[in-house]
Amino acid sequence: MSRKEIEEKLKEIIRPYVQNEAAFENMTAQTDMLRDLQINSAHLVDIILDMEEEFDIEIDDDTAEKMLTVGEAIDITEKLSNEKN
Amino acid sequence: MKKRIVVTGLGVVAPNGVGLTAFEEALQKGKSGIRYLPELEQLNFRCQLCGVPELTEELMQHHFTELERKRLNAKGVIYGIIAGMEAWQNAGLPIPESRESSPQWDYGCIFGTGMSGVNTLREAIYKTDEQKVRKLGTTVVEQTMPSGISAFLGGRLGLGNWVTSNASACSTGTESVIMAMEHLRAGKAKVMLAGSCDADGPHVWGGFDSMRVLTYRHNEEPEKASRPMSATASGFVPGSGGGALVLEELEHALARNATIYGEVLGGFTNSGGQRGSGTMTAPNNEGTQRCITGALENAGIEPKQVDLISGHLTSTMGDVLEIQNWAAALNRKGRDFPRVNSVKSLTGHCLSAAGSIECVAALLQLQRQFVHVSANSEDLHPEIADCIDEKAVVRKQESAKIDIIAKSSFGFGDVNSCVIFKRWKHYE
Repeated sequence: MSRKEIEEKLKEIIRPYVQNEAAFENMTAQTDMLRDLQINSAHLVDIILDMEEEFDIEIDDDTAEKMLTVGEAIDITEKLSNEKN
Repeated sequence: MKKRIVVTGLGVVAPNGVGLTAFEEALQKGKSGIRYLPELEQLNFRCQLCGVPELTEELMQHHFTELERKRLNAKGVIYGIIAGMEAWQNAGLPIPESRESSPQWDYGCIFGTGMSGVNTLREAIYKTDEQKVRKLGTTVVEQTMPSGISAFLGGRLGLGNWVTSNASACSTGTESVIMAMEHLRAGKAKVMLAGSCDADGPHVWGGFDSMRVLTYRHNEEPEKASRPMSATASGFVPGSGGGALVLEELEHALARNATIYGEVLGGFTNSGGQRGSGTMTAPNNEGTQRCITGALENAGIEPKQVDLISGHLTSTMGDVLEIQNWAAALNRKGRDFPRVNSVKSLTGHCLSAAGSIECVAALLQLQRQFVHVSANSEDLHPEIADCIDEKAVVRKQESAKIDIIAKSSFGFGDVNSCVIFKRWKHYE
């Protein structure tokens, strides 16, 4: 899966959780999911579960803790997907 | 002097009508919400009928955001939230648009339930047993805790007063109204959203089917199956849904020029202690009678003032005892007995949701001045016919002058609730 494809799918996953629509529209790799998109921190757990299902990967707790920005989420997904193959 | 408490908002998700307009029309027309459910036959249930509200996708989109729809699948919770929000909107009370608003310190919520989240719990149990506990996500707890409905409504409405949940089986809904009334009377709040809900499906109803308290004789004719007070009643039809009422201190309601559906004159809750004729599932008759007289005393009215009894009347053998208990408690027999009807004849028995759905029906009858049909009561049980005049049983919908309605609900555990509603007249 290309980076672009991952990004598109990730956007679909996080869209319902976003509370700042403007920040979502102008999202970049540096966009912080909690601070900029104002996602409820408790919901990050659900986003991780959605990612695991969509990309057929497993994100452990230590890795999840490092997933703060959209770019980091894409990086982690790309790395785990590649490891799987 | 006691504070006067009035009802200023109603909301309902009933098997025969979702939303106040549809439900009132169903009551006016005697429309049944009972149908055959193939799933129950496939699972070898003796009773294959149910009364389940129909929720459209449009309604779900109206009441819930995309994220909420994604997070919510507990059916009882969904019914409760929809009923609660409808009642609040119906009362014309403010719904905060953002989380920036200050909590409403004088507004609270008591929302009861039975097994509101059982379908969600079932999925969680499977995942947990398959060692997939980390896949449960963050939605299981809030959907399966009994206070999930009051918690959700409290957050949406910014309620800053008492926000809690009650449970007393099939007495739950009427009990929540009485609890809210008492809290308001004590001067601890100005507005209380009271209600109840319950879920549906084989995992809620299986235990009842096995106890043989559900009807089994009328699987071929669903609309005839729920027959409160009938000689051929063979058990109740299981149902589900939600009902909600906004109770408000009179001065507060008048100050904001609210529509008043009726006054909550008083109420009483008790238990027969599972002594005498009372058991886990049967009432101690003295307990039931004391609950009724307690409610009348609390309301400050005489038994002769009761115009309509909205009974618990489930379509089981308990109906005979209930009528006898009303007659004894009111000391009114034969032709002196007030009119009586049962919402369950049209909805089935909505378990923990029953009391609140039926309180909504009571307020609608008071405000619109009619009595709804108690369906399938043509062949009145002979012991009921011995006790009261047949004409007391409402056999067809009609306009009627109704000033006082007594609404009762009884539940497993030998628990009783009775509330007294009075017609609201602006000149009084």
